[in-house]
Parts: sequence; C-alpha cells; structure tokens
Amino acid sequence: MSSRAPVVAVVVFPGSNDDRDAAWALAAVGAEPALVWHDESELPEETGAVLLPGGFSYGDYLRCGSMASVAPAMDAVRRFAAQGGPVLGVCNGFQILCESRLLPGVLRPNHQLEFVCKDVPVRVENADTVFTRRCVLGQELILPVKHGEGAWFADEGTFVGLAARGQIVLRYSEDVNGSLGNVAGMLNERGNVMGLMPHPEHAVDPLLGSADGGLLLAALVDAASERVLTAA
Amino acid sequence: MKATVLVRPKDGILDPQGEAVEGSLRKLGFTVEQVRVGRLIDVEVAASGTDDARRQLERMCAELLTNPLIESYEIRLEGA
Repeated sequence: MSSRAPVVAVVVFPGSNDDRDAAWALAAVGAEPALVWHDESELPEETGAVLLPGGFSYGDYLRCGSMASVAPAMDAVRRFAAQGGPVLGVCNGFQILCESRLLPGVLRPNHQLEFVCKDVPVRVENADTVFTRRCVLGQELILPVKHGEGAWFADEGTFVGLAARGQIVLRYSEDVNGSLGNVAGMLNERGNVMGLMPHPEHAVDPLLGSADGGLLLAALVDAASERVLTAA
Repeated sequence: MKATVLVRPKDGILDPQGEAVEGSLRKLGFTVEQVRVGRLIDVEVAASGTDDARRQLERMCAELLTNPLIESYEIRLEGA
C-alpha cells in the first residue's frame, strides 16, 4: 500500500472562488490537492479524483457553467470520467457538470430570485454510492449553500427515472431554492460523477458550524486512493 | 454573414425573471398579461452562403448558445 496521499485535481476556472477552500479541505481529509488551470488539456498523471469547485466561472456568462463546459480542462475531465474516475462538482461545479451533460438536468435561477446563503439540512437519499458511503441512509447533513442559480430542473420522466435508479443522492429537508423534488445532489447512472449545490468544503470543522462535509470529501479521497491503487 | 439568435425560455418552463419584470411593469401601471425574458445573440460568422451559415449557427446553438432542456431558439440571417 502506498503511503503517499492520493492526488485530487481541483480545476480552477477564471472566476472560481472556492478552489483554495476545496484544496484546503481535501488536504484536511488526507488528499494531496493539485490545482489545475482551466486551459490545461491534461490532468496530472497521478490524479485519483477530480473536484470542480464553486464560484462564478467565466462570470456566469451565457448560462452558469456553460462556458466552463467547453474549457480544455473539461475535455480531460470527460476522459477521466469516461474511464470511471470519480468526479465531484460543487455548486458552480455541479452547474458545469450539467452543462457538460455529464449529469442530467440543469440548474436554474432560484424561484425566489434571491441569492441564498445559509446552513441547510440535507438528507442522504442513497448511502450506497462512492460519494456517500461514509454516511448512513436518511442521515441529515448540515451543509452551507450560497447560490443564486441552484434550482435543479429536468422533465418529469427524467426525474422519475433518476429517483427510481437512486441517482438523487441528496435532497434538501426544506424548500431552499425551488429545486424539483428538493434535489440537492445528483449522481450519474454509472455512479462515478456527482454534483451538489451545498458546499462540503466549507463544512469540515466544527468551528465552522458543521463537519458533515468531511464525510463526502473523505469518501472522494477514499475513491481517489482506491483508483490509484488499482492503477498501480 | 450577420446573424441573430433569439433564445427564449421554453413554453411551460418557469421564468422567475420574467415574472419579476411582469410584477414591476404592473407596479408602473401597465396592464400586462405575461412577460418572458430571453436573450439575443448577434453573431458574425464566416460562411460560404446562407445554408452554410445556418448549419454553423444550428451547431453553435446545440453546442453552446442554448440549453435544449429549458430554451428554444430562432435563427435569423441577415438578408435571408
């Protein structure tokens, strides 16, 4: 077994602003974070997982996440995901994954047309995933949200199918932004790409009000570690 | 060739921005039934002709300019 911390690539877009918090939090749960600039066409060779951080990539021009979805680094992330690599998108990262069609649906303006910034309870709807395996089914996590466009939307048929397949991993316990079915976090069908609007990287220390985010990030690091071991 | 892409929230898609504008217009005393807010994108594209330009714009809409889940679009070519 390697003693080296697994590398988690954090992609930095112009306008990302949670990249350094994410790197700090990942290091706190045992990863070696590697910041990757958006116009890089390759991820570091030893990458075991990818995190797309929050922020306002490309100024949220056109639609949130749309410009980032065609950045060179996202081609590398697509290849990584296609090989089964674990990818977690937080907030703007979730928007980017939806715009990249790596996750279903789209994030729309909050129905109340207000930016929401508060700690919210989020329920674990599926604990049998790479990202939530340190949680238990039905567990309520306290995680901060801070977004203006976090209302997840898809057509009814898509939504029903996703729920049936257990892809709706996290739901808000209360209505936060008008998200369909109170969706807070979503998994792809293969189970290696997840996006969520709440910020686990801002909740890894009780001093910050909650350490629940550490459960999700540590699971990502577990996955990165397993991937590196499998490849070795 | 000059083109304009009109992007609209699809029918049936909730448009909170449009609703807010509608409310403000009512406050100003206007009688409005409904307001929907979309986007207008002017593009000058290098093309061999109208058909080529339209093909390119269709691809632009599919790959970046619009999200088909929530938006519809209309392409207008200058002189076409």
